[in-house]
Amino acid sequence: MNSLAKPAGWEKFFWPLLAAGLLLAVWYYSVVWTATKVFPSPLSVDKGLAGLLHKHVLWADIGDSLRRVGLGFGAAAIVGIPLGLTLGWYPALNQVVNPVLQFLRPISPIAWIPVAIVFFGVGDRPAVFLIFLSAFFPILVACVSGVSNVPAIFRRAGRNFGLSPAQILTRVVFPAALPQILIGLRIALGVAWLVVVAAEMIAVDSGLGYLVIDSRNSGKRYDLVVAAMLVIGLIGLALDLGFRSLEKIRSVRWGFRHES
Amino acid sequence: MTAIERENRSRSLSLSTRLRPIAFVVALLVLWQIAVSRHPDQLLPGPWAVVKAIGELLQRGLLLKYVVASLFRVTWGFALAAVLAIPLGLTIGWYRRGEMAIYPLVQIFRPISPLAWIPLAILWFGVGDLAAIFLIFVGCFFPLLLTAMSAVRNIPAVYINVGRNFGMSTAQFVYRVLYPAVIPQLIVGSRITMGIAWLVVVAAEMIAVNSGLGFLIIDARNAGNRYDLVIAGMLIIGTIGLLLDLGMRSLERVGSLRWSYSEE
Amino acid sequence: MATETLKTPSGLRSKLRMEHVSKVFDRDGKSVPVLDDINLDVSEGEFICLVGPSGCGKSTLLNLTGGFLAPTSGSVTIDGQGVHGPDPRRILVFQERGVFPWLTVEGNIGFGLSKLSRVEREQRIAHYIQMVRLQGFEHTYPSDLSGGMKQRLQVARALAVNPDILFLDEPFGALDSVTRLIMRGELLRIWQTERRTIIFVTHDIDEAVQLADRVVVLSSRPAKIEDILTIDIAHPRNISSPRYLELRDELLRKIGLAYTV
Repeated sequence: MNSLAKPAGWEKFFWPLLAAGLLLAVWYYSVVWTATKVFPSPLSVDKGLAGLLHKHVLWADIGDSLRRVGLGFGAAAIVGIPLGLTLGWYPALNQVVNPVLQFLRPISPIAWIPVAIVFFGVGDRPAVFLIFLSAFFPILVACVSGVSNVPAIFRRAGRNFGLSPAQILTRVVFPAALPQILIGLRIALGVAWLVVVAAEMIAVDSGLGYLVIDSRNSGKRYDLVVAAMLVIGLIGLALDLGFRSLEKIRSVRWGFRHES
Repeated sequence: MTAIERENRSRSLSLSTRLRPIAFVVALLVLWQIAVSRHPDQLLPGPWAVVKAIGELLQRGLLLKYVVASLFRVTWGFALAAVLAIPLGLTIGWYRRGEMAIYPLVQIFRPISPLAWIPLAILWFGVGDLAAIFLIFVGCFFPLLLTAMSAVRNIPAVYINVGRNFGMSTAQFVYRVLYPAVIPQLIVGSRITMGIAWLVVVAAEMIAVNSGLGFLIIDARNAGNRYDLVIAGMLIIGTIGLLLDLGMRSLERVGSLRWSYSEE
Repeated sequence: MATETLKTPSGLRSKLRMEHVSKVFDRDGKSVPVLDDINLDVSEGEFICLVGPSGCGKSTLLNLTGGFLAPTSGSVTIDGQGVHGPDPRRILVFQERGVFPWLTVEGNIGFGLSKLSRVEREQRIAHYIQMVRLQGFEHTYPSDLSGGMKQRLQVARALAVNPDILFLDEPFGALDSVTRLIMRGELLRIWQTERRTIIFVTHDIDEAVQLADRVVVLSSRPAKIEDILTIDIAHPRNISSPRYLELRDELLRKIGLAYTV
């Protein structure tokens, strides 16, 4: 905005790389200067990461975390989308149910852990339940507001052309609400990724979250801790970008503002 | 819908309509109680037991103590994050190249769950309040940074041109154009971030400290399977989280009335 | 001032009839009268314009005749049958936001045609794409169309289901003035090719005189029919001719009356 000239194409790579380079340099030198014995330098993190990859441990952990997210997120979508569409379509029903939902929403999924363990035992299932909970509310909210924000003009046109209410829901309301639903799904996926790490720290013993906590507990391997954190960040970013590319599909693109 | 029409519509809700959600809640509670009395030898308590547990907490003075502890950490973590992230975000967002430099880095750090920072937090701050506040700080910093960056980017170009046209100094421009223009979006972003902070504090307290609502839940279970306290804790967490959200929303309404520039 | 049931221009069949139509809205315990004793007879194939001040209830009247609202009293009949709900035989065209953004041009036009066989549907779509001159844009999405093109698309979508009556609610209001002139010509051309009854709401006086067979002047709320002006110039109308200017001035005068209660 305040730049004097439009940035050139190569600058798209130059500036972030410069910033990343600065960050790495600060990191490296602060480790050297403080002569800390515990906190890893970028190099040792790199070595640690290579080691993990080499021992195939990393792929198993990544797979576990992704699997749990997939299951929990999928379940949340399967339950949340139809429910959200229904609540959005019948505002009277929404008015009755909404206060309960608004009350349950701020309860951190982590707070559900003891109850989840009672219901599901230990292992994968309580973790998947937590992920389901965390993804459910953003999806529900996005669907409800997506449906209620469909301009009345579209619903009227649907009626005008002789469509039945079911047809209006599937052929008009759902496509019109789809951009907002996609945004809700993307946000839910992001939250699910945050929660899986937390759930794995507490309730299970595999996955990236477990890797973080375990690397510290069994040997203070902070190089592995940081390596695992970076992997978490990169995969989370990849998931987010992957989802954003869905927003480019032609029949949904109209709902998203094009970033210049 | 204009504000007046919206108001009129809500006033015209009859009493019976307003009672329906309450009836729904009551129905759920009854179902819960029935389910629990059918299986008396399992661990989870019914609603009445939970109410008594809340009473117990009040009596022992723990309720207030834990709520205050959790709120204390949230406030500090959020405030520190805001004080750092917002000015930084506004500055970075102003310069196109600044945004280009920082945005990819932030996008890598943001998906790292604050809880993944626990080992580092404990390493740097030991077990205790500081570690918990740090975790909340981390959880709030990146969303607030992104909000500030995006708020600056979304200032309508007209406003900036007017500022330039009137020959304002930088300080005047920041105070009289930039700041009012970004406030609405910052408030909305703060509400969402506050929600995140509330989720993180519960998790942080389970792991890193010895007081607060998160600690209550984990301790109640570990030291005697007091699931009535667990659920009581969950309900209190939900209530306070909801109150925080409503409080921020009313701030939003004030903000948008004073600084509103939307077409609606 | 009592309004009279007007006779249809000689000989033509009556298509739409409104008798003593009134509409009162109940807002929050207060009743807001919007339409007051509207009586109107529209012949088949006629082009009627409704003009009146902003907020006078023109759109409400249109929604009533379309079947989206029910009158508080009085009746609306089309072909002798009462209007009880929306129907594909009478299609409403709005300002450009009415086009479905998730469907292509083809998809939009084909929207109401699901009951036809695939071959029929494709033929119909092709026919109307030609008619509104959108050839080449079959697979384009509305976000890549101009305002005028979106309106043409809406008209094509409406015509594709073969309605008896077309209602247009200020369809050209969001367009710039040059495009508006072009669109008026297009609409007349289409109307003369496939003649249907048209009821067109506008608050542009020139637009009304340029397009309509008859112009119905509505008063401010609660709206009554102040007067009905017959435009007796044949198409194509010369907008500089003395008769045009005469009629235009008369309409302006009548609107002037309509602003006082």
